[in-house]
Amino acid sequence: MATVDLKDVRKTYPSGVEAVKGVSIAIHDKALCVLVGPSGCGKSTLLRMIAGLEAITDGAIAIEGKVVNAIGPAERDIAMVFQNYALYPHMSVYDNMAYGLRNRGTPRDEIDRRVRATAKTLELDHLLKRQPRELSGGQRQRVAMGRAIVRNPKVFLFDEPLSNLDAKLRGQMRVEIKNLQRALGVTSVYVTHDQLEAMTLADVLVVMNAGVVEQIGAPLDVYERPETTFVASFIGAPPMNLLPVAALPSSITSAAPAGAATLGFRPEDGTFSDHSEQSQLSLAAEVEGVEPVGAESFLYCRHADNRLILRASGRTTVEPGARLAVTIAPEKMHWFDGEGKRLS
Amino acid sequence: MTPRVVFPNKILPYLLVAPQLAITAIFFYWPASQALYQSMLREDPFGLKSSFVWFANFRKVLADPNYLNSLKVTAIFSVSTAAVAMSVALLLAVMADKVVRSRGLYRTLLIWPYAVAPAIAGMLWLFLFNPSIGSLAYLLRAAGIAWDPLLNGTQAMVLVVAAAAWKQISYNFLFFVAGLQAIPKTLIEAAAIDGAGETKRFWTIVFPLLAPTTFFLLVVNTVYAFFDTFGIIHAVTGGGPGKATETLVYKVYNDGFVNLILGDSAAQSVILMVIVIALTAVQFRYVERKVHYG
Amino acid sequence: MAEPSMLPPASGHDKLMIGQSAAGIYLAHAVLILGVVIVAFPIYYTFVASTHTLQTILRPPLPLVPGSEAVANYSEALFGGIGRIGGVGVGTLLFNSTVTALGIALGKIVISILSAYAIVFYRFPLRMTFFWLIFITLMLPVEVRILPTYKVMVDLGLIDTYAGLIVPLIASATATLLFRQFFLTIPGELVEAARVDGAGPWKFFKDILLPLSRTNIAALFVILFIYGWTQYLWPLLVTNRNDMNTIVIALRKMISFADADTEWHLVMVTAILAILPPILVVVLMQRWFVRGLIETEK
Repeated sequence: MATVDLKDVRKTYPSGVEAVKGVSIAIHDKALCVLVGPSGCGKSTLLRMIAGLEAITDGAIAIEGKVVNAIGPAERDIAMVFQNYALYPHMSVYDNMAYGLRNRGTPRDEIDRRVRATAKTLELDHLLKRQPRELSGGQRQRVAMGRAIVRNPKVFLFDEPLSNLDAKLRGQMRVEIKNLQRALGVTSVYVTHDQLEAMTLADVLVVMNAGVVEQIGAPLDVYERPETTFVASFIGAPPMNLLPVAALPSSITSAAPAGAATLGFRPEDGTFSDHSEQSQLSLAAEVEGVEPVGAESFLYCRHADNRLILRASGRTTVEPGARLAVTIAPEKMHWFDGEGKRLS
Repeated sequence: MTPRVVFPNKILPYLLVAPQLAITAIFFYWPASQALYQSMLREDPFGLKSSFVWFANFRKVLADPNYLNSLKVTAIFSVSTAAVAMSVALLLAVMADKVVRSRGLYRTLLIWPYAVAPAIAGMLWLFLFNPSIGSLAYLLRAAGIAWDPLLNGTQAMVLVVAAAAWKQISYNFLFFVAGLQAIPKTLIEAAAIDGAGETKRFWTIVFPLLAPTTFFLLVVNTVYAFFDTFGIIHAVTGGGPGKATETLVYKVYNDGFVNLILGDSAAQSVILMVIVIALTAVQFRYVERKVHYG
Repeated sequence: MAEPSMLPPASGHDKLMIGQSAAGIYLAHAVLILGVVIVAFPIYYTFVASTHTLQTILRPPLPLVPGSEAVANYSEALFGGIGRIGGVGVGTLLFNSTVTALGIALGKIVISILSAYAIVFYRFPLRMTFFWLIFITLMLPVEVRILPTYKVMVDLGLIDTYAGLIVPLIASATATLLFRQFFLTIPGELVEAARVDGAGPWKFFKDILLPLSRTNIAALFVILFIYGWTQYLWPLLVTNRNDMNTIVIALRKMISFADADTEWHLVMVTAILAILPPILVVVLMQRWFVRGLIETEK
């Protein structure tokens, strides 16, 4: 049962910078936990603390129930896939994968068996003699994965492993990583700044901002019930529309709970019609731009001083300059207080 | 600056730097501080006791006409050597930059003097130009020139400059070639389209862009002429005739080891140290500039 | 880390750049050939002299082509012993120079790579002090501290020993700076990957750092071998015994214009043998040499 438990983990650099300000997460066995957030939010620092590459200022990290604060990375039985792969440039693919096993004193024939089996799973068997510089970006990525898998560790740690691949390959590798992780059943922590990657991969999604956890939950729960305005605007593309209550007609704000400062709704949750059908329950919006992307179109609009985005399926006949009446179903409205916390 | 990943050992790093620090302390810092100390001591004529005289040795050295002569000799020697070695090397590098065919061969044939010890370079030239058995000296005399570097100070200087410059050409050549290759070809092409002829292109585009390399080599060649040419002087002229080729480094050696005037020699060492420090500082200003703009 | 590629393309004629004339190219070749002749002539002529008899050498001008005494002269110098330097043979001198040059090159590489490794991959009190202490030695060449250093050698009993020829010259700021520079380019992730793979300091050094430094070590080796072989002032000071001289110093001792018994033919042989090993190293390891030279000065 390889669980990973973080209890009030903090990291303060000697310079006084607080990178992680008290994070508690409990990751279940076999779960794929994704840490997502903008750059500088502390997600990578947190991952490196789990790996043992960064000292923990305060709090505790436990793997399989055992606190590992004082244990070096090699003894934590974890494997890590790095953003730039960090393949040993002077070693063949085979040696890259075998190095960690050799350092652990694994018998030679056992190493050979495991390296070949892993290479086969990852379709690397024909590349074992190559040097890293002779591989394509996608192949290097696979070798980095292979180096982690071959060790059969308790926990996989991924540090933005797909960010150096082009968009198409990234989509493909995403599926592959997910399938591998399921098949191997190894508890994993995955760091990314890409919310789409986070949504599609995660069993458990952890949204971080400025060193603290904003929300933990299943991806769709997070999408449907963002706990803060930060999560609302970070998860989902295009992001949730956030309008100050002060700018809204009283017909709409009458539905708001006490203390509401911001109204949020997803672009796909605003239905719109021609301006002439303006009713008491709708917002007036002027279209500033239209972005047709094929299966859907996005309308960039303005309501008073606020921008909002609407989604229309398929082609749309709406043109820039048009004036719309936007209606939001009350159950699709998200209300947030003055500090950006969800009200319900 | 990204924080570098490091190993947590406490004692190991000290063990790793220990060998270098030990050698540095015993053979660099201790002697250098001794040189500083001795430069302020004066021994009595029998070497029995010495007294602390502050800067008297420096005053004495700097007022000594022999020392001033040696300063002048060093200046003439360094400037001439650097000028000859650099201009010949630049000419060859520019020519090598033009030809494509056999460029590698030319490079191979031009770099070997780098491997020749300065003292041996001096001896090779001395062998060609010495008045008794030198074949080229024979030709010079046949042409009516009264050639005898063992008696004529100017000729001795010409000979040591030739030997010192000859040895340094390969080094300068390699750097000039690298410098020339770093100049974007599109600039040259743009200048050609702007109507600049080959010579004009060289002086208005190539030479100014080569300035960092040239400046760097100027410093390196000066350091070389100051210090590394001791062997040439010692092997070819022994500072003579009549101190005509006695450079600063040769004089330090001569006063310290041959004439055994320790205080003076130490004071001269300290002056040399100041010169090296100044040259190194100049060199690092250059490196800094390169970092900023390059 | 760009190595200037100065090798010619596989085949083909000189391509004319815009504004270049064919005559200009011929001129360029002419100037280069003249340059090569000037650079090579002193060495060639010394070689020619080494194959003639003493009598021929003493009657200038010397012929431009090699004579017939090569075998006799070289075997006399190598195996006969040379009178002016106490009957020591050139073989002994070559051995001394080889030991000195190898000792200096390897010694410098070893102590520099160790100190650079400590300075880059560890954080410890006084780290930067040590770095500066090493760095400042750039400004203290042997020439500015001759006498006191000599005294240290006498006190330590290192005169006329190989250790005396080698050890004082192996502390080198240049090599340490080069290795430091190179180590700083190694991505931090690679070090982390090695730690996760269970490599400690020694394994990381042996399995990752050393193999990655191979080209730097080769380049540095060429430069330092030449440096060691061409030393003059230092070997002049620390060796008194003829059989401990390096070949460069012995050559100097063999020449005298004052008296007539200089064995010039043996001097020529010795000169050729003294410059041959470093030239071979430079020419055969040219790629490393050019790269090392240009990088050590960066």
